Amino acid sequence: MIQLIVNGQPQRFPVSPAETGTRDTDAVALNVTQLLEHMGLQGKRIAIERNGEIIPRSKFDQPILVEGDQLEIVVAVGGG
Amino acid sequence: MDNIIIAGKAYSSRLLVGTGKYKDFDETRAAVDASGAEIITVAIRRTNLGQNPDEPNLLDVLPPSRYTLLPNTAGCYTVEDAVRTLRLARELLDGHTLVKLEVLGDPKTLYPNMMETLKAAEILIKEGFQVMVYTSDDPIAARQLEEIGCVAVMPLASLIGSGMGILNPWNLQIIIENANVPVIVDAGVGTASDAAIAMELGCDGVLMNTAIAAARNPVLMASAMKKAVEAGREAYLAGRMTKKLYNASPSSPVEGTIAGSHQQKDRDKS
Repeated sequence: MIQLIVNGQPQRFPVSPAETGTRDTDAVALNVTQLLEHMGLQGKRIAIERNGEIIPRSKFDQPILVEGDQLEIVVAVGGG
Repeated sequence: MDNIIIAGKAYSSRLLVGTGKYKDFDETRAAVDASGAEIITVAIRRTNLGQNPDEPNLLDVLPPSRYTLLPNTAGCYTVEDAVRTLRLARELLDGHTLVKLEVLGDPKTLYPNMMETLKAAEILIKEGFQVMVYTSDDPIAARQLEEIGCVAVMPLASLIGSGMGILNPWNLQIIIENANVPVIVDAGVGTASDAAIAMELGCDGVLMNTAIAAARNPVLMASAMKKAVEAGREAYLAGRMTKKLYNASPSSPVEGTIAGSHQQKDRDKS
């Protein structure tokens, strides 16, 4: 399990051994596609920011999410 | 065609509408359709964690293929928040760069913070955004925003959500006279006549949300606003008559009236 701060709330997500990260060999990592599946947001129109930087869709399958990352996941809503 | 050109693209509707404060998505869509607007603003917000995943999404109701979506920075009080919000919006809307920037200065009045607005606009323009910018009705601020490259300046008519109408037509007139980009009144319109007055002053367009959404019948008000913007634009193009306190120039011919003929006869008899 790793803990991520999603929209200001700490949340824990399971990480299987097969999903262990490549960015830092000591840390387990998760990719965005898996995260969105855990959250029931797969296929939704969202944009996601990690520690203040946009994660482009091209990186959604790379295991870049590590313990303590702060994520913002946004949608378009009605507004003036 | 009398189009409005924003960042090189022509739009036939000069009415831009927001999508907030509606009862539900059906009402949002019905009001947007009745308004005839092609450019509609949307806000960018955190997803509701734990919401029903099947809940409809605004973009399903108002697809970007049919409307030009204008993501806004409503609720942002700092340069950083505004810039981050629009970067997320660009990602969300597949690289879409036309945006509405507003940086607020005060939660009570929602008055814009012009120093921060200028800084945010500069950053966004450098990053390739096409910035339509909400501004106070200060002609100097409007000029500076144009100079740094904003594609439209959008002065308030009165405070956001106030419905107070056009409080300073003189400032708007100065802004319009000096601007080389579209001037769009954003905020303060309360009813159809306000929209018509804005257009008669020579504004290129009007952006509104609450005036429609908070009407008793939003869809009917959206239709009224469409007509008001069109009527005001035509009146502006037609060029109004000059105002004068009085001038004995009736609309009907002065010659050939029968009025007074009896008195004339009476006078002849006597």
